[in-house]
Amino acid sequence: MSPEEIIKYDLETKFDFLKSNIVIKRVRRIFVDVPLEHFHDVLDYMIKKMHCAMLSGITGLDEVENLAVIYHLSPEGKVMVNLKVKISRDNPRIKSIMPYFPIAEMYERELEDLLGIHVEGLPEGGRYPLPDGWPKGDHPLRKDWKGILPEMKLEGQDA
Amino acid sequence: MPNSGDVRVPIGPQHPSLKEPESFLLTLRGEKITAASVKIGYNHRGIEKACESRTYVQDLYLIERVCGICSHSHSTAFVQAIEEIAGLEIPARAKYLRTIVGELERVHSHLLWLGVAGHEIGFDTLLMYTWRDREVVMDILTQLTGNRVNYGMNTIGGVRRDIKPEQIPEIMKGIDILEERTKYYIKIASEEPTLINRLSKVGMLSYDDAIRMGAVGPTARASGVQRDVRKDDPYAAYADIDFKVITHNTCDVYGRTIVRVLELMESFKMIRQLLNKLPDGPIAVRAPRKIPAGEAVSRYEAPRGEDLHYVRANGTDKPDRVKVRAPTLANVQAVALMLEDRYLADMPIVVAAIDPCFSCTDRLVSVEDIGQNSRNTYNWEKIHSDSIEWYKKRGIDFTKLNKTF
Repeated sequence: MSPEEIIKYDLETKFDFLKSNIVIKRVRRIFVDVPLEHFHDVLDYMIKKMHCAMLSGITGLDEVENLAVIYHLSPEGKVMVNLKVKISRDNPRIKSIMPYFPIAEMYERELEDLLGIHVEGLPEGGRYPLPDGWPKGDHPLRKDWKGILPEMKLEGQDA
Repeated sequence: MPNSGDVRVPIGPQHPSLKEPESFLLTLRGEKITAASVKIGYNHRGIEKACESRTYVQDLYLIERVCGICSHSHSTAFVQAIEEIAGLEIPARAKYLRTIVGELERVHSHLLWLGVAGHEIGFDTLLMYTWRDREVVMDILTQLTGNRVNYGMNTIGGVRRDIKPEQIPEIMKGIDILEERTKYYIKIASEEPTLINRLSKVGMLSYDDAIRMGAVGPTARASGVQRDVRKDDPYAAYADIDFKVITHNTCDVYGRTIVRVLELMESFKMIRQLLNKLPDGPIAVRAPRKIPAGEAVSRYEAPRGEDLHYVRANGTDKPDRVKVRAPTLANVQAVALMLEDRYLADMPIVVAAIDPCFSCTDRLVSVEDIGQNSRNTYNWEKIHSDSIEWYKKRGIDFTKLNKTF
């Protein structure tokens, strides 16, 4: 079995609900659709049992009917496993993965700022990457974003 | 717990010691930094969003401008993702040419870094030397691509310019000169006591912390982490050539210097191999204008570390989503850790040692005034008169002072 197939087999045996959700796109690239409620179990297993020590990034998506987050993880840095979680548009909430990867802080702040996904467990602190005072509830990477409107003002800015 | 003797010093976003806007809040006890926090985002230009409303070819040029140093890294990472989605197999010669430009780019970036590092520790002779030598590689790049930084080499399906056989001896000559000079820098790095003493045990990042904080590139490798996308996830022509991943175990700024100068030697070795083995054939295949629906993640070992691009296509000629994670975003979070319990005077070199590039990191808000349905172009006079008005409202009138302009 190739390293990709081993990872696929390993995940399918451990988690029943992942059967038919794992796609090996090409050598060293695996895409997995994970239900939101099981995401932390899968992540925990990958870190503790599969020695997945590296988080290369987090991508937020607006798929119109729902939002989604992709975690780009790599066990041993070679095969990249992309865990995708779909989140409802009405109440976009996920839990922070900072307890596993402290580096996730900036990536998760980006999700909050650009897509309006509420990340539970993020420590208090400045926002990233939008400026302080950017209007609340305005998230540029949402597909229905209207651009910078004339009535929009940065907080603390004069007319 | 903050102590009454603690002083909080904000450094940035605009500060003479910083090359780009970033902001540090340092808590000092005497000369020692007891806590540090980093804020970035000042270079956010809305590139990811802008990509969604432009065609793939326009995006390629936009993405190249994410960074002024490692432009080829971003364009290659982006174009690789599109080619994967479209199922394009690019010609071998194109892969080699991409790799050659990529390694030349690493040479110019590392030499630039060595100069900046020299400058930060008051060793300006090193800055003058390395930046003079860097012109050799800049000339090679200009010869090959027509440009010094934004090469415009990549296109969807291959590259845009070929190397002429008569150019190869000239490139080889340039590489010989650079190798000779790099040997001299290795000698300085291993023998010059002022440099060794200034950089040793400064900006420590242990192996475990490098892994835990997800450091990439020379920053991780100087802490003994064997992490290099060129080896781990080979792209372009890296699978065909022989090279070593340089690591060091001192976990400090000195180690980061050694890793970079030794990587220069590896790059010269790679460029020679690539030029000697350069396959014949076409340099590009025809790419469709519309890219079929799909997604791909592309990784590239930029001079500063792993560069990650995610592209999602929806069957049109414009992407649905483009995500860029530049190496500095992965490394900057370790900086706070490196600064803690160190002296304030170490801060510039510790920050410089990750070779930060905030243009890369903050990609995404254009100065565009959508009011009245017209685009408001700001020229110098407009910005100037606006600034005078801004101060006037606050009771300071500069009008008279500026009359002479």
